[in-house]
Amino acid sequence: MSRILQSASERRAETHPLTWRLHDDQSPVLLDEYCRTQGYEAVTKALEQYTYETLTEEVKTANLRGRGGAGFSAGFKWSLTMKGDDVPRGYIVCNADEMEPGTFKDRLLMEQQPHLLIEGMIIAGFANRSKQGYIFLRGEYHRAAASIQRALADARAEGWLGPDVRGSGWDFDIALHTGAGRYICGEETALINSLEGKRANPRAKPPFPGQSGAWGLPTVVNNVETLCNVPGIVNNGADWFQALSGDLSSDGGTKLYGVSGKVNNPGLWELPMGTTGNRIIELAGGMRDGLTLKSWLPGGGSTGFLLPEHLELALDFDTIGKTGSRMGTGLLTVVADSQSMVSLTRNLEEFFSRESCGWCTPCRDGLPWSVKLLRALEAGEGEPGDIELLEQMARDLGPGKTFCAHAPGAAMPLASAIHYFRDEFERGVTRPKGKAHADPIPVGSV
Amino acid sequence: MTSTTTSTNTTTSTNTMTSTATTSTIASDGFTLDPADREAILEERAHYPYPQAASIEALKIVQKRHGHVPDGAIPAIAETLGIGVADVEGVATFYSLIFRQPVGRHVILICDSSSCFLTDYEELRDAFIAHLGIQIGQTTADGRFTLLPVCCLGACDRGPTILIGEDLHGPVAPDEIPRLLEAYA
Repeated sequence: MSRILQSASERRAETHPLTWRLHDDQSPVLLDEYCRTQGYEAVTKALEQYTYETLTEEVKTANLRGRGGAGFSAGFKWSLTMKGDDVPRGYIVCNADEMEPGTFKDRLLMEQQPHLLIEGMIIAGFANRSKQGYIFLRGEYHRAAASIQRALADARAEGWLGPDVRGSGWDFDIALHTGAGRYICGEETALINSLEGKRANPRAKPPFPGQSGAWGLPTVVNNVETLCNVPGIVNNGADWFQALSGDLSSDGGTKLYGVSGKVNNPGLWELPMGTTGNRIIELAGGMRDGLTLKSWLPGGGSTGFLLPEHLELALDFDTIGKTGSRMGTGLLTVVADSQSMVSLTRNLEEFFSRESCGWCTPCRDGLPWSVKLLRALEAGEGEPGDIELLEQMARDLGPGKTFCAHAPGAAMPLASAIHYFRDEFERGVTRPKGKAHADPIPVGSV
Repeated sequence: MTSTTTSTNTTTSTNTMTSTATTSTIASDGFTLDPADREAILEERAHYPYPQAASIEALKIVQKRHGHVPDGAIPAIAETLGIGVADVEGVATFYSLIFRQPVGRHVILICDSSSCFLTDYEELRDAFIAHLGIQIGQTTADGRFTLLPVCCLGACDRGPTILIGEDLHGPVAPDEIPRLLEAYA
């Protein structure tokens, strides 16, 4: 039940490719209406006018970057996927395990417009010569599951899925796979393990999923919003997609931006890529209750904290990346001046600690340790060296030390909170050295 | 579960079987897989190239009927899918929405991630604890509610949020709790 806060009259096909069909009453766009409004035209065009190579090239030229948060070029990812007459056909997997704290955009697309996702997946499946698609949906998204199930059945009944798709001679179908919890399932290779019915531990890379993914076959994993951008690119071309962001960003397209936290109108907006944080917070009606914005996360719990001055920057992958943070999912979490950064950081590290799959030592053992130190600082019972130890841990949890990006994701808010708000952490240091942390961490405490 | 053998040759339909009498099978703890559930699990298996992929869905099917996944269901699922008991057990102990102990008739999942934290999750949590008289992770004495934490429910524009069964609620104010819970008998 996410809400787009632009009314239907503000959203147009040429400028709002993700949301222009959505109803103000939030009811789903069903197959008939979808087909009356250019729906599945991109599948027909792809099957008739493109080869899998030219299709991949078109998406690559459009510079569609992964909307799950990593920002990797979708077309480039497709070009790295093994495919050819001598390669067994593999899988296209939609990462619909939306669990990044502060992120609620894929829910909107799946609940209210599942056919756009299905259409994007069919095209992605064709471009990657996949034999089967899977939508990996988190288990808590019951409404999205019902919406997708109905849409899959309707699309299948009309021949958009199944054997010989619309008489093209190409067989392709999609199944819905619902999860059973755990944030780590959103990590690409952990997701593949989970899809295979295993514990969601990440896999070593290489081999990358494009070479050996689900059940050892070439597999492409793309985010919901990424796939929903594909039909527009096929219908209107890479140049149109690039032009959507105008001069605001070198990244093409629009972005589903959003805001949560203590603002007057939290919600979602489809805006040109590169829109500033200031503009988005203005749309959200500013801070509520007379509060002042102290800090913000640009795109989820695994991105770094930024300051009010950074709100004037274009929200795109490269610009935010230069600040040392990441754009991530592009859904802002705003922090009011009354909020303790130590408490918020403790909350985030508790999350990462609990959601660690336990595969790698720095993550499994380091994160509970960071929580213990943060709890001490929060309670005003820290000791000299605690902050430096947390900084050391943020480095040791960084990229390259573990199998996946979970620990580096946890390190980012931790390091940036200390960097920008060190005085708040220092206020928690009150005990003499060596007195504060004698007790071991109680089992199961985090 | 009392036996430690890893045989997958499990008897799942023998209610009378006791754990002491089983040397070559894993105790079923009196668990019998409902024929309809067995059918549903086999249907799920058809969605995947290998049967293990259906194990998570199989656990969810069993949980839907029983509220949780009893120990005896593990070998029953393994046998149904023709996979190892340890594989099913490994999955059943990994995923947070698979419950291995009895839970209340209604499970209240309360989001404790950052956006809800910033919109006063802690006040809501304390109000639930006070109203239900249980801590997070516990079940009320009448077996009506279990209170569990959950990571970001993806409804951050409506924080603080909770999920009861399939119903998402948010924003939930602490004083709304009594009225909100009336719908869950």
